[in-house]
Amino acid sequence: MAAIIQVTNLAKNYGDFTAVNKLSFTVNEGDVYGFLGQNGAGKSTTIRMLLTLIKPTAGSINIFGKELQHHRSEILRQTGAVIERPDLYKYLSAYDNLSIFAKMSGIKVTRKLLMDQLQLVGLDKVYNKKAALFSQGMKQRLGIAVALVHDPRLIILDEPTNGLDPQGIADMRNLIVRLSKEMGKTVVISSHLLSEIEQIATRMIIIHKGEKVVEGSVDELLDPAHTLVDIQTTNDAATRQLLETSRWKIFLQPAKPLQLMMNKDLVPALISELVAGNVQLLSVNSSHSLENYFLSLTTQPGYVEAFAN
Amino acid sequence: MWRLLQIELFKISKRPRTYIAFIAIAAIVSIFQFAFKADGQSYMDLMMQSAKEEFTFDRVQAINGYFMCYIILNTLLIQVPILVALIAADSISGEANMGTLRLLLSKPVSRTQLIIVKFAAATIFTVFLLLWMAVTALLLSIVIFGTGDMLVFRTKGEDSQIMLITQDDVMWRYYAAFAYATVALTVIAALSLLLSIFAENSIGPIIATVCIVIVCTIISNINVPVIDRNIKPFLFTSYLVGWKGFFYIGTRPDGSTIKGSLENWPAIRKSLLILLAHIGVIVGASVLVFRRKDILS
Amino acid sequence: MKLLIAVILGFCGASLQAQDADGLIKKVKAKIDLVNNYEADGIMKTNVTFLKVPEAQVKIYFKKPNLLRIKNEKGISFVPKGAVSINLNSIVSGSQYTAIDAGYDNIGSVKTRVIKLLPTDDNADVVLSTLYIDEASLVILKAKTTTRENGSYQLEMIYGKYIGYGLPDKLTFTFNTKDYKLPKGVTFDFDDGSNNQPAQKNKNGKAEISFSNYTINKGVADSIFK
Repeated sequence: MAAIIQVTNLAKNYGDFTAVNKLSFTVNEGDVYGFLGQNGAGKSTTIRMLLTLIKPTAGSINIFGKELQHHRSEILRQTGAVIERPDLYKYLSAYDNLSIFAKMSGIKVTRKLLMDQLQLVGLDKVYNKKAALFSQGMKQRLGIAVALVHDPRLIILDEPTNGLDPQGIADMRNLIVRLSKEMGKTVVISSHLLSEIEQIATRMIIIHKGEKVVEGSVDELLDPAHTLVDIQTTNDAATRQLLETSRWKIFLQPAKPLQLMMNKDLVPALISELVAGNVQLLSVNSSHSLENYFLSLTTQPGYVEAFAN
Repeated sequence: MWRLLQIELFKISKRPRTYIAFIAIAAIVSIFQFAFKADGQSYMDLMMQSAKEEFTFDRVQAINGYFMCYIILNTLLIQVPILVALIAADSISGEANMGTLRLLLSKPVSRTQLIIVKFAAATIFTVFLLLWMAVTALLLSIVIFGTGDMLVFRTKGEDSQIMLITQDDVMWRYYAAFAYATVALTVIAALSLLLSIFAENSIGPIIATVCIVIVCTIISNINVPVIDRNIKPFLFTSYLVGWKGFFYIGTRPDGSTIKGSLENWPAIRKSLLILLAHIGVIVGASVLVFRRKDILS
Repeated sequence: MKLLIAVILGFCGASLQAQDADGLIKKVKAKIDLVNNYEADGIMKTNVTFLKVPEAQVKIYFKKPNLLRIKNEKGISFVPKGAVSINLNSIVSGSQYTAIDAGYDNIGSVKTRVIKLLPTDDNADVVLSTLYIDEASLVILKAKTTTRENGSYQLEMIYGKYIGYGLPDKLTFTFNTKDYKLPKGVTFDFDDGSNNQPAQKNKNGKAEISFSNYTINKGVADSIFK
């Protein structure tokens, strides 16, 4: 699979502050590439560097096999983007907004093309309505239309579900899946929500404090074998003893109060055995290690370092 | 580039804000016209008060369309920079504020192109504003007040002057004056554009532009030798009123005026070149700054 | 005896000359009186420091005793108020003055009789008028007038084919001007960097009118002077 985006040792400093540090990753053709990180982790800065909105302090970006700085126009002509809230020209209609950005993308603009695009995002009925009167969801859809109107190979979506209601989020998710599966586009999508990424992405990267924590295919990273199981009982010490002598001990996390890492499929068997061993269970929580990790970004800095290593 | 310019002009034409400037001009001009129609004589008497004892002149003819336009321009060209700033200072900051700047710049359009197109659009807006002024302040005044010889009152250093330009010698001066004013106001447009790069909403650069113009105009009008020599030549506002130079008519040694002449064309040309240089430097600086700017809006 | 004769002769001579001055003025006046009214085309040049005006095509209207109007048919013209004195009538009319012979002087190549007129009315604005009269043609070539309030005027006349009516072809009117000042702050003017020092305070203004096409005694409507 050809690499569409190849980022090597990318860095961005603002004075003493390092927003992005030695970041390297690869997006392959056809990927829905999830860009995951907390707010302020450096996602937006990285995405803006991909779109030449921000100049990197160091490192290189190659898109479509070409160096971004030197082939900017050529690359951007095949790239569509929605960056955060797609605030458009409020005083212009949906049609005029789309028309302007289509023309700026350097394509031949016809009424049919624009109307088809508006239809794709469900705005064809309100094509003449001023963007100022649109709901956030409608604006987002118009933003998507703007990003797609010139039929780009690569689509970059920065936090596209921000401010959307659940239905809007679902629509967006379906659209991204369609873009990837039916239209064969490569999509880069950033989010601070793992749940969002895990539902649509094929590959992903997690960044924290401007640095890469992990990168890989979603299947790999969210492998069910890496399910974390937290057990609460009336007598944890006795239960630990029981577990250490059982076949589960290999999964037992030493420093944690009764936490196991195991394949998700085995959780029912574990519960059966604990019950059979007369353990008074208070709760059994299973969650993916990546999700746990991601949750801990905000709460347990120490764990983050452990995971990263 | 042409396509980009069309897009910019389309955007400007669709903004309600654009028309504020045109309405403001029409309003100010019509107030002037109404006031002079009702009581122009008082103004004329005020201007002539110290010459009245020694001269008689036909006052009815003195207030005509040409005279009116000069009076209106004299006042209005102090305010028009604000109207130019209203649009030009919004060029980049307005896009940043709306969130469209990041979208624009992620299109295959170079930043240099974008700034130049923004500047060109602001300049075209300025030209339209001046055309509108020509229509309202000159043509409409001619319709209302008729034509005739034109009186020009002038303060030169410690002295005052009254100049009389015959009516067949007036129009070309207006063409030239409007052309000069376009260049002068384009400096304001360029300045607003530069300031708008640094801001994320248009209020800041509009106010900054207006403040710069006001402060520099005040300094330009302080008649202190030390300022005259050391500061004034470096303030662009000293050259904004250069359009008036086209109404300072040349004279023979016997004091009579020479039709079609200018008192000091080299001074006007120099001012014009200084203004053009300002435009070049400011637009150049805008390109440099904008090319390096990280778009964080 | 000789002394006495000399004194008498001298006295008579003086009295004779005074008689002559009055007589000459009367003759000049009689000539001026030939013209009841006139209308003429003229080109007016004004040379005043604070005024920059073009040569103006004007029409000059006159009607006895002292109505005068200089009118620019096409545009605006500045007419010095004192130019009413262009009307020589106002100088020589009436008899409330004392004429004093002041000898002869040359104006160009013409020898003229110089006569000073002193108004008898102490409150008159005119303090003194000096006339330079061409005795042969009975026309005034130059007149200087000093006034109490309005400075001094000087008229110089060059005559041509209307000399028979005492009407000049060209008239130069020199007068004192005051400073002209615009109210402060009404204009923001273009400072072209040229010398802004106050111009040499030449307090004299000059208006020059070249006359042509006199229409004499054909009547001029009163309405023109309003």
